[in-house]
Amino acid sequence: MAAKTLTIDGTQISAENHTSILQAAKEAGVKIPTLCHLEGVYDVGACRLCLVEVKGSNKLMPACTTRIYEGMEVTTDNERLQKYRRMTLELLFAERNHVCAVCVANGHCELQALAYELGMDHVRYDYCYPKWGVDASHRFMGMDHNRCILCQRCVRVCWHIEGAGTKNVSGRGSKSHIISDLNEPWGNSTTCTSCGKCLLACPTGALFHKGDTAGESLRDRSKLEFIVNAREKQQWTV
Amino acid sequence: MNTLLESPRNKAVARFAQLLASDKRYKILEAHIKKFQHRQDALIEVLHKAQELFGYLEDDVLRYTAAQLKLPASRVYGVATFYHFFTLKPQGEHNCVVCMGTACYVKGADKILAAVEASAHIKAGETTPDNKLSLLTARCIGACGIAPAVVYDGTVTPRQTPETALAQINQWVTP
Amino acid sequence: MTLNDLQETKAKELATRKKIVLRCCLAAGCISSDAKGVKEQLVKAVAEAGLQDEVEVRGVGCMKLCCEGPLVQADPSNALYIKVTPDNAPAIIAALKGGKVALQQADPNSPFFTKQEPIVLANCGLIDPERIESYIAADGYLALHDAIVEMEPKDVLDAMVKSGLRGRGGAGFPTGLKWGTVAKSPGARKYVICNADEGDPGAFMDRSVLESDPHAILEGMVIAGYAVGADQGYIYCRAEYPLAITRLQKAIHQAKRLGLLGAGIFESPINFNIDIRIGAGAFVCGEETALMASVEGKRGTPRPRPPFPAERGLFDCPTLINNVETFANVAPILRRGVEWFAGIGTEKSKGTKVFALAGKIQNTGLIEVPMGTPLRTIVEEMGGGAPDGGKIKAVQTGGPSGGCIPAQHLDTPVDYESLTQLGSIMGSGGMIVMDETTRMVDVARFFMEFCMDESCGKCIPCRAGTVQMHHLLVKLLAREANARDLAQLEELCDMVKNTSLCGLGQTSPNPVLSTLRFFREEYEELLQPDPHAVPQLAAKP
Repeated sequence: MAAKTLTIDGTQISAENHTSILQAAKEAGVKIPTLCHLEGVYDVGACRLCLVEVKGSNKLMPACTTRIYEGMEVTTDNERLQKYRRMTLELLFAERNHVCAVCVANGHCELQALAYELGMDHVRYDYCYPKWGVDASHRFMGMDHNRCILCQRCVRVCWHIEGAGTKNVSGRGSKSHIISDLNEPWGNSTTCTSCGKCLLACPTGALFHKGDTAGESLRDRSKLEFIVNAREKQQWTV
Repeated sequence: MNTLLESPRNKAVARFAQLLASDKRYKILEAHIKKFQHRQDALIEVLHKAQELFGYLEDDVLRYTAAQLKLPASRVYGVATFYHFFTLKPQGEHNCVVCMGTACYVKGADKILAAVEASAHIKAGETTPDNKLSLLTARCIGACGIAPAVVYDGTVTPRQTPETALAQINQWVTP
Repeated sequence: MTLNDLQETKAKELATRKKIVLRCCLAAGCISSDAKGVKEQLVKAVAEAGLQDEVEVRGVGCMKLCCEGPLVQADPSNALYIKVTPDNAPAIIAALKGGKVALQQADPNSPFFTKQEPIVLANCGLIDPERIESYIAADGYLALHDAIVEMEPKDVLDAMVKSGLRGRGGAGFPTGLKWGTVAKSPGARKYVICNADEGDPGAFMDRSVLESDPHAILEGMVIAGYAVGADQGYIYCRAEYPLAITRLQKAIHQAKRLGLLGAGIFESPINFNIDIRIGAGAFVCGEETALMASVEGKRGTPRPRPPFPAERGLFDCPTLINNVETFANVAPILRRGVEWFAGIGTEKSKGTKVFALAGKIQNTGLIEVPMGTPLRTIVEEMGGGAPDGGKIKAVQTGGPSGGCIPAQHLDTPVDYESLTQLGSIMGSGGMIVMDETTRMVDVARFFMEFCMDESCGKCIPCRAGTVQMHHLLVKLLAREANARDLAQLEELCDMVKNTSLCGLGQTSPNPVLSTLRFFREEYEELLQPDPHAVPQLAAKP
């Protein structure tokens, strides 16, 4: 595999051909914020937090789906990008009912962590306060649509790691939401294997283990990568 | 043995056999799916046919389609709810589609819609309680040259006003 | 089918032509005003007058002046009857014999018609779209023969490059370059897709072309397939156009029967099939990656590019996507020559553009003008200006992705670059005229609501950003917004434009940005208390 040399934030690095900017940056120790990216499943470029500037392109490029090339010059952090990222988070917080204080994921939430990290300390937009419910019909798992950011990580693990195809996005636009089977109560699902991978994948408190109280939900996401490596590469690396 | 018989798969198979035996429309849908050789990429075409046959996409139809194309139910539901053209609720006997395209809008389509909504006591997207009328809006039916246009039971009608629309609607529902 | 057969078909068709032809517009607009009844009665009246051997009553496609439909035109007298009712039939027949009759007529020598330069619409309103012989008689499928029998795929690609044709779907990407990329992309299977998902509200050019000249699209697609090495094509047509779908199906059937589509076209080893895929009501499916997802039977959500469809598209194969009007240009370019085509239009925008004129304008309908024609010529001379002595305030082009061009810029030539400079886009060709009674903030809100409803929901800026922008516009219109809200709206416009995943999201702020640019005072006025509001206390008697 040929390696490519590129510059990320002024530092010259090299990475394998066909690597994404996100991967190359990670290897070089540069952290780019993401929400929809998840190790182990393919990228969709939906959250737009990982947008970076690439010299020669007048458009911002998603680091997760953009491949590197020789001589590429990438800027992952500047005032403009930070502003856009903060606004993206603000939009998410205003979109549904994210109340950290009473959330099972409080303290273990990627959305919350990013808000701290990027200095998004208040939301300037009017909150939408949509009326979304909680599906608590499953034996030991629950789905709180109020906390969902529609990153589709649960859908992707359900389809591409577990292979069950239980979860999907239904509707469109701001009315989109995650469903099980034919928009049925999760507990009635005939396809769900109750494997719990969607719980591991969820970045917020939307998918939770029943009985967890506020702040308890800790997820070991490396399990997902572990399974994919085991299956695809026959390598069991815990 | 008993547990096998009660598996969701067997239950579904039995249900579909019953539907096929009791409802001719399923037979027609089955033939249509065969025409597409059960290809998964024909999902939207199959849903079009199903809606044409049944008037709307009820759960059994969606399940049957999923089974025939060997797709997860969530995928079929996701597609059926993505596109405006598909409806999962039964529709009224008659329908009235007010075009809300730009040309119709600048020529007063909003006033037509408001008049019909007020007269039939339903909002766009709803059906009257007596099931007589479904009121819908369209994004643009491409009839901009004769704006504002309204489609009554599939017939495009040019240059409408709140008065002409009400005259038509009131033949179907008593205001 | 051979060249000989083609010429024979043409000769036979021309030989059976009668002295007088009465052309009845049977496009969707006129049909909604009972054009079918008009045609029936004309046929009957011809029979009653015993003129069957002299007069042909021909159903044709769009005759362009949609606002005056149903339209009937007599050949060779050229009399154009407007607002025809079935009862008028005997009078029209009487007029053929020179009788003076009181029928409403339009002047076929008015600028609306004379300023047009039809290439794409050349057959529109002349041929019978439901008969392939009618298309062949107008030299149809001749270009396909020349391409397949006389030219190498490389020559066809060269011709497309040299013609300077640019995509008519909106962005104006050079067509030849796109075809070349697909041709070069390695892949055992390749696809050609015709984007007939004309979603822009206020646009009906593609519908008219599909209804009036479906074979032109098929011919363009087969030529494209030959040039890029594809053997399967799809036409993705929106469900709102049932008549277009019926006529396309008929056309495909006829072309297959004559060996102009399917296996062994013109008795060569070239195969090309075309299937129709019907959309289901999602504006975002006009975006090419979303469209391909929809053809695959999936939710029509876009995905990031690259990879571009030309490299990895439908079913992961190299795919050529062009819109209806682009394909309609292909056969005329090959038939009449690259130089002829490149001689029309401006330096960077070659050929013509079809526009759908609608809104507050005298003559609504379909026009085709050379690129570079000033907007003023289109809306004032051809369109006849605003009705009832009104004043034109702005012209909206490009639908929800475009902008409003104010009256002071009416002298702008219509080409890709000039419109972009004004913060609008060429778009697919919808042109909505607005007069003094139109409130621009309301127009911006209308388009924002459209984008909000049509957002697929995949990426956050478009899904949540359009909701917030719409909310701010509603607040403004209710006079409940302050200067900070307006600043926030502008900031959101910039953010959504630069961070959204697909074209729909990236262009959704355009109607706001362009109205802010040219009609800012209307926004600012809304920050003030309503001057017409009756003060609460004074309201009591």
